[in-house]
Amino acid sequence: MDWNFIIFSLVKLAIIVGVVQGLVAYSVLAERKISAWIQDRVGPNRCAPPFAKYIPILGPLLTRWGMFQPLADGLKFMFKEDFTPAGVKKIYFFLAPAVAVIPAMLTVAVIPFGSVMGSQKMVLADLNVGILYTFGIVSMGVYGIVLAGYAANSKYPFFGGIRSSAQMISYEISMGMSVIPVLLIVGNLNLSKIISWQADNGWLVMYAPIAFIIFMVSSFAETNRTPFDLPEAETELVGGYHTEYSSMKFALFFLAEYSNMVSSSAMMVTLFFGGWTLPFWGLDHPATSLAMGLAHIGVFMLKMLFFMVVFIWVRWMFPRFRYDQLMDLGWRTFLPLALVNILITALWLWMRS
Amino acid sequence: MEAINNLISGGVVQDIMFYVFAALTLLCAILVVANPFSRSPVTSAMFLVLTIISMSGLFLLLHAFFLAAVQILVYAGAVMVLFLFVIMLLDLKEEQRRKIKFFGLAAGLVSVSIVAGIFIKSLASIKLTAEPALEGETYVLGKLLFTQYTLPFEIISILLLVAMVGVILLSKKKLE
Repeated sequence: MDWNFIIFSLVKLAIIVGVVQGLVAYSVLAERKISAWIQDRVGPNRCAPPFAKYIPILGPLLTRWGMFQPLADGLKFMFKEDFTPAGVKKIYFFLAPAVAVIPAMLTVAVIPFGSVMGSQKMVLADLNVGILYTFGIVSMGVYGIVLAGYAANSKYPFFGGIRSSAQMISYEISMGMSVIPVLLIVGNLNLSKIISWQADNGWLVMYAPIAFIIFMVSSFAETNRTPFDLPEAETELVGGYHTEYSSMKFALFFLAEYSNMVSSSAMMVTLFFGGWTLPFWGLDHPATSLAMGLAHIGVFMLKMLFFMVVFIWVRWMFPRFRYDQLMDLGWRTFLPLALVNILITALWLWMRS
Repeated sequence: MEAINNLISGGVVQDIMFYVFAALTLLCAILVVANPFSRSPVTSAMFLVLTIISMSGLFLLLHAFFLAAVQILVYAGAVMVLFLFVIMLLDLKEEQRRKIKFFGLAAGLVSVSIVAGIFIKSLASIKLTAEPALEGETYVLGKLLFTQYTLPFEIISILLLVAMVGVILLSKKKLE
């Protein structure tokens, strides 16, 4: 560890946090736009500062697509009254949004978002236990929601918190079990090694399609997105765990949810869709030039954005599960399926060796 | 610049981190059982989570990445969430009003001192040898579990299975 390492890590850290925050802001806009298209509406289309229309060429586009909506939303969140209801447990009420955001931001630390640029690996922490680290951090995410539900001292948020803890634990198990075939095939927990294995042998989704399906559905459940958004089910629980929150504290829960979306999309890309690799145009081996390094990052971002769109699309296409259906799916369908999948993969590997 | 480089690579930072994590572990562990500001079981549970996290920091400093990750994944991420789940459904007010009984305190102190005695004895009997190989640590750990320690590993697995079956039996309303 030397001085250089610290400087480059800080730069990478700043870029990653900046990019994730930007993605979060604009995925909110994307969510509103896509939902509008699905429901045959227009969506945000006129939010722009007055000078924007005088910009040549870009001007009309910027004013028409609501490109400044995230900025307006952010300002609105900051200037709204930060209201603390009577009877809340103060410390937890203040702590919960932070506890929700921190794990959401930490997960991206181990994800290799590109190959190399110069002599720098495009990953913040190249851990040997990358996958376990992500699962550990993801499992901490539930505390923010549970504490928010507990602190609010009100019935509906409490139900939201309780539902969330049960749901997270159930789906964490099937999520953890679903990646074991991947680990069996690759034989390594390091995410960079998993990607380089995929560069040599083809994407893992072809070797473990069932694992991918279980992983994807479980990550929907882990991020509390529809059809698994029971902790914040609007029709039953008012707003779920964040009913009593307002202003920036509420925005932090939003930020946590979308950061979780970003990181689980990144995990899906890394584990099952070859990370930054593409099988053609010579993009399947670590970059030798800066341009290729950039291209790798671009490929990774594109794949990730695809899954973000899937997340959003599913939210507006499918109704919410009933609670017993949710538990049934997690424990009686996915867990046995994942276990059988492990067994079959192990047998297949044994036959081949 | 040079001085800072030496400072970082010389393990001083590691030493400082060790003391920070050790102090955090002890402080949070004390706050779990004897918190002067709050007797809420939820607070105790949250401090237990913090204890576990700072302990996994200690594992990290020993380069035991696998243990650190599993510590957080299993204890902080799953076991404590279930604890919290159960605590929140209990009557918290009654638990907060409960007096500390002399017998409970004495029994606790005795059992703690017995455990501490065993711990010190076993620590004293360890002979420090060369540093174990830590690269590819998950692989090494797995290999040890399935060769040298197969029997204890299997016994623990069966114990867990028995406990699981027992819990399912107990939680069923009718036994027939």
